[in-house]
Amino acid sequence: MSRQRRAALVGNPNSGKSALFNALTGARQKIANYPGVTVERKAGRLILPSGAPVELIDLPGSYSFDAASPDEEVTRKVIHGEFPGEVQPEVLVLVLDAANLEQHLVFAQEVIALGRPTVVALNMLDLAERDGLTLDPAALEKALGVAVIPTVAVRRRGLTELSEAIEQAEARVIDASPATPARATTLPERRQTARKVAKAAIVGESAGHRIHAQVDRVLLHPWIGPVILFAILFVMFQAVFAWATPFADGLEAAVTAISDWVIATFPGGFLRDLVTQGVLAGVGSVVVFLPQIVILFAFILVMEASGYMARAAFIMDRMMAGVGLSGKSFIPLLSSFACAIPGIMATRSIADPKDRLTTILIAPLMTCSARLPVYALIIAAVIPQTTVGAGIGLQGLVLFALYVAGIVGAMAAALLLRRTVTQGAASGFIMEMPRYQMPRLRDLAIGLWQRAWIFLRRAGTIIFAATIALWVLLSFPQAEPGESQIDASFAGMVADGVHTVVEPIGFNREMALALVPAMAAREVAVSSLATTYAVDSESEEQTALALEHEVAARWSLPTALAFLAWFVFAPQCLSTIAVARRETNGWKWPAFMVGYLFVLAYVFAGLTYWIAVALGL
Amino acid sequence: MTLDQLDRGQRATVLSVDWAILAPEDAKRLQAMGLDQGAHVAVAHRGVFGGVDPLTVTIGRMTVAVRRVHAAAMTVEAI
Repeated sequence: MSRQRRAALVGNPNSGKSALFNALTGARQKIANYPGVTVERKAGRLILPSGAPVELIDLPGSYSFDAASPDEEVTRKVIHGEFPGEVQPEVLVLVLDAANLEQHLVFAQEVIALGRPTVVALNMLDLAERDGLTLDPAALEKALGVAVIPTVAVRRRGLTELSEAIEQAEARVIDASPATPARATTLPERRQTARKVAKAAIVGESAGHRIHAQVDRVLLHPWIGPVILFAILFVMFQAVFAWATPFADGLEAAVTAISDWVIATFPGGFLRDLVTQGVLAGVGSVVVFLPQIVILFAFILVMEASGYMARAAFIMDRMMAGVGLSGKSFIPLLSSFACAIPGIMATRSIADPKDRLTTILIAPLMTCSARLPVYALIIAAVIPQTTVGAGIGLQGLVLFALYVAGIVGAMAAALLLRRTVTQGAASGFIMEMPRYQMPRLRDLAIGLWQRAWIFLRRAGTIIFAATIALWVLLSFPQAEPGESQIDASFAGMVADGVHTVVEPIGFNREMALALVPAMAAREVAVSSLATTYAVDSESEEQTALALEHEVAARWSLPTALAFLAWFVFAPQCLSTIAVARRETNGWKWPAFMVGYLFVLAYVFAGLTYWIAVALGL
Repeated sequence: MTLDQLDRGQRATVLSVDWAILAPEDAKRLQAMGLDQGAHVAVAHRGVFGGVDPLTVTIGRMTVAVRRVHAAAMTVEAI
């Protein structure tokens, strides 16, 4: 009888669990959520030496079964078979950081004491050696009573041996006598045992050069550290604009070529217009932002994989404490620069509920990658491509300013929220600083591929559907001769309604029209403008210009700036609202979030427009 | 003397911890990390821009960032 076999990776945070997971399962991974909670469920397929497949789950890192945060709670429940809808894993693969045995053996004892088939992966052995440690895996195996396999996940060392050990442990499951849990131990007892076992396993300990302590001396320096962090963030935002350009140009040329080919090959008509004006103009205009999104995620992933992200949290803690948050909120907020959804999900590591709620409420103010297409388009259209000072482009500077506006808005919002709706005691900040590591290309590639795929899937589904729906609304009913197609269309009528509301803040009707489908995903604003102008140009017998030229020709500077200001604050993404609802268990907080963000967006777009007009821009 | 008053780099033993003044989750997390009575610790870094908060504490081969309130709850003795 065949059955789905399951194994789970379990261990402390910073044990190199995820790198080991990547090494064991490769790109065959499925990322989903545990039902009911937004803790990421990472699962992949591991092929055992016998050829049998095993579903391998990467459980959230834990310090103890005595859970102090929602993700530790998931780990405890899954391992104990108490998680609804989740089958209890048969084999536990306990991942230990070889260089931090004394710490990791504390939780390890809790896992081993369950009496379940367990294999220990003595991971990151290379880093332990770098720190001057010589370990004896056999002694550790004897002390723990379970198989111990030395591994270096990032160099793929010990993987075959680990698979074999999992297979052997698996085989024991079949004739399994019921698990016999050992007697419960107290934390001080476990710590004492951990110390003893670690001592026995460490056969040599030279002073070693502890690289990370020396690197920390610079990166955590009270004055140099923050300067370096801001320099990195500045380079990140410049890179997003500058490095992506050749790739984006290439993609744009490809989309245009396909469009030309379709026009040349197929007879004119409804279907061809749908493909060129709807699908290619709409989806194509969003896909060209893929390079920028990949570059942004590359920076974030490198910061995480190298161990720098925790240092960034340390440096930011003082500032975050100033608005009633902690350095822990920095990581979700930085992730929100890529997308608010993983950002909001990353708040699960924040133990304090008020802290967590505040972080969720301000996460949409961080400039997510979906806003990047909007910013990029408007900046390219209305901001001249000049340099201010050595090597600093004005366009990059404006982009940086928009990001700063979002951050300042978020901080002000946090300050206000912490004094009103999420009032409570100041939160703590306790965080392990992982050792520095060279990020591995393979892990980065897997991470980037997953993020890029999520973006492309959105382009292929939500954005595709929204674009087609919009094209249909724009194209019907057909205009009378002499009448503009947009004026005549259904979409034009909807836009008229929205336009009355946003006209005072300087928005034109195409912008009003773009705001509606942008609720599905912000970047649809771009594809919506592209489709609108494509339909419009065609009806006026003009050659369609590149979108940025259309915008440059049709929008005044105050209008364009007001549109940018709107997108700094507007909560326009249904997925974010949905994830906030799931995270806060109800509609109360998402409704509050949407309300305050729309008010902010309207007020700031208005202020921008009126001030810009008054200055004669 | 409490941990927050310790000179940077000075090694010390934690004599006692006043858990009552800390939030229960924080207490749980500190204990799980081994920041408890009997631990050998040192302050590695303290604050940014001349501040005193937060600080990083080394314990064994691990470095943990904590707030000053946590360090102030720990009575230590230099070794």
